Amino acid sequence: MNKTLFEAARLTRRQTACALAALAIAVGAHGVAAQDRDKVTIGYAISKSGPNAGGADMTVTPNYELWVQEVNAAGGLTLPDGSQLPIEVIAYDDRSSAEEVVRAVERLATQDEVDIILPPWGTGFNLAVAPLMAKFGYPHLAGAAVTDKASDFVERWDTSFWFMGGSVDYVSAFTDILVAEREAGRINDKIAMISVADGFGIDLVKAARPSFEAAGFDITYDKSFPPETSDFATILNEAANSEADTFVAFTYPPHTFALTKQAKVASYSPPVFYLGVGAGFPVYPGIAGGSVEGVMSLGGIDPDNELNSAYRAKHEEIVGRAPDYWGSVLIYASLQMLEQTIERVGLDKSAIADELSTGTFSTVLGEETRLENNQLRAINWVGQWQDGQFVAVSAEGGGGTVAAELPKPDWE
Amino acid sequence: MLEHVVNGLVLGGTYALVAMGLTIQYGIARIMNLGFGDMIIAACFATYVLSTTLSINPIVSLLIIVPAGYAVSDVIYRVLMKPLVDRAPDDGALEVDSILVTFGLLFVIQGVLLAIFGGGYTSYSFLNTPVNVLGTVVAGNRLLALVLSLLIGGALVVILFRSRWGMILRAVALAPHSAPLFGIDTDRAARTAFAIGGAMAATGGVVVSMFQTFTATAGVVFTMKALIVVILGGKGSVPGAIVAGLLLGLVETFVAAYVDPGLTLAAVYTVFLVLLLVRPNGLFGKA
Repeated sequence: MNKTLFEAARLTRRQTACALAALAIAVGAHGVAAQDRDKVTIGYAISKSGPNAGGADMTVTPNYELWVQEVNAAGGLTLPDGSQLPIEVIAYDDRSSAEEVVRAVERLATQDEVDIILPPWGTGFNLAVAPLMAKFGYPHLAGAAVTDKASDFVERWDTSFWFMGGSVDYVSAFTDILVAEREAGRINDKIAMISVADGFGIDLVKAARPSFEAAGFDITYDKSFPPETSDFATILNEAANSEADTFVAFTYPPHTFALTKQAKVASYSPPVFYLGVGAGFPVYPGIAGGSVEGVMSLGGIDPDNELNSAYRAKHEEIVGRAPDYWGSVLIYASLQMLEQTIERVGLDKSAIADELSTGTFSTVLGEETRLENNQLRAINWVGQWQDGQFVAVSAEGGGGTVAAELPKPDWE
Repeated sequence: MLEHVVNGLVLGGTYALVAMGLTIQYGIARIMNLGFGDMIIAACFATYVLSTTLSINPIVSLLIIVPAGYAVSDVIYRVLMKPLVDRAPDDGALEVDSILVTFGLLFVIQGVLLAIFGGGYTSYSFLNTPVNVLGTVVAGNRLLALVLSLLIGGALVVILFRSRWGMILRAVALAPHSAPLFGIDTDRAARTAFAIGGAMAATGGVVVSMFQTFTATAGVVFTMKALIVVILGGKGSVPGAIVAGLLLGLVETFVAAYVDPGLTLAAVYTVFLVLLLVRPNGLFGKA
């Protein structure tokens, strides 16, 4: 008995020694790698399949690929001492599942031990990974995420950065345009509004109701529909019967496309025709059969901004298609900020977060891009198709926007 | 009122069109094809490619894609389904095996589409012209779906009930174990039925791609809808699929118009549950 115990103890001791030795080798190996670093690893989990893949594939993934390709072609990321290191990418498909995106980010942080983690697509997914990113100390550059609670999140996770504004911002900028149009006598005070019963639609419509009502508008038709809806004949019929001059739809791309097609078939062309995600995609005019003049949505670009035009040309050349007119440029700008931050402070995560918070950067948005309370505020809120481009508009124009042109002409 | 009936029938026409193929595959070949929706999506992409790269009119592309759907399904049956049919001790086992295998098939088709086309939204515009039907303006492409489903459904009913070939298919559906006693090649009949189902999935895909935005992973939505229609109509019944499809279209349209667009899905499932309580085998199912 004693002997067995002794043997067991000896065995355990031997195993412990082995384990310790293995650990020492592993740590040693890691130490060597850290000193003679020959690359920067950047990881991300993105929806390559599942319902979110469409949005991620339009706005986020191409910009990650474009940026990595550009940086590596130029010799890699520059560090403060002037040396350059190429980027190595570890990318996972989160299959549009919130559990999967959390698991993948955890893996990137603990097993792959990447230097930087880029965010996933979508508000919900960015919120899902935000606590993890904060826990592991990674700067979280939430690009494709619309939230009114960004200020609260910054307080909770001080290494998080929010680039897309909130629902209230988009809706109040749009309300300003509507008020000006009503005063000019171009539209009546009725609004027909529909929204998809899912994250984006719920958020936007919640902000829109009080905003429209406070501005004295009468919401004569206000319905939500399930995300699976593909036929809008009846809904548009009812909206047309409500005699509103303004039609607002907070929708995802499949609904945006279907609504446009149905509106053309039904010759429904109210003076203000405002749609959700998808109306700013470069493929939109093709889907609508050409005539999209006057259609409004979120985002928009300043066609006179040469930096932006150069970015669009490069995106088209390298990715093979044009970026969208809303989120793409914000994502790309966030990557440029990251690149310049690393050049200034190196790869220390908390130093990167501090520099992103306080620094001023030269991006495709402008020579002096900076964040306010970890949020990008200088972005375009309302866009409109004018002469084949989806441009940023405001009631009066100016400040990188042009004046909205209403009423919308009839469909061709 | 009349406009809602027209809109409902037009919407239901799409449902009936995509469900008929599944009901034939299930009813005659006894294969519950969970990859059905992905075959529809594959046909959507094929139409898109033919129309954008070779500028082939989507209606003309029916002549290419529908036979291709038949051929591909024929091969799938020979390679994947035949071994299952041979080793299944009874119908129940075949049903379970076919569900498992086609569940895998679903991911294979999806994976191939993802690898080729990526996960993005694909959409184009074709025949999106207003057509006046009894005073209601409907989209030409959706009307085409209704007309095609009625034509194909009608033709299938005539073939199934008026021809010798149809009688053989029905015999296999009704009594797969007795049919060989009458000199019927059940394997060949099942393979033909499965391939016809594939050809109809292709037809559905070509038409649906004209008006609906699709992604490589959207197939499951079609499978779900088609399954509901098949079970509602009575599995294996072509007239049942048409009636159930049109019924669902009407229910969705009326609920959207008179109750709330947000309740359309809930209404569909309510109709589904109530009907199953009253007629567990579906509208046209064998009791």
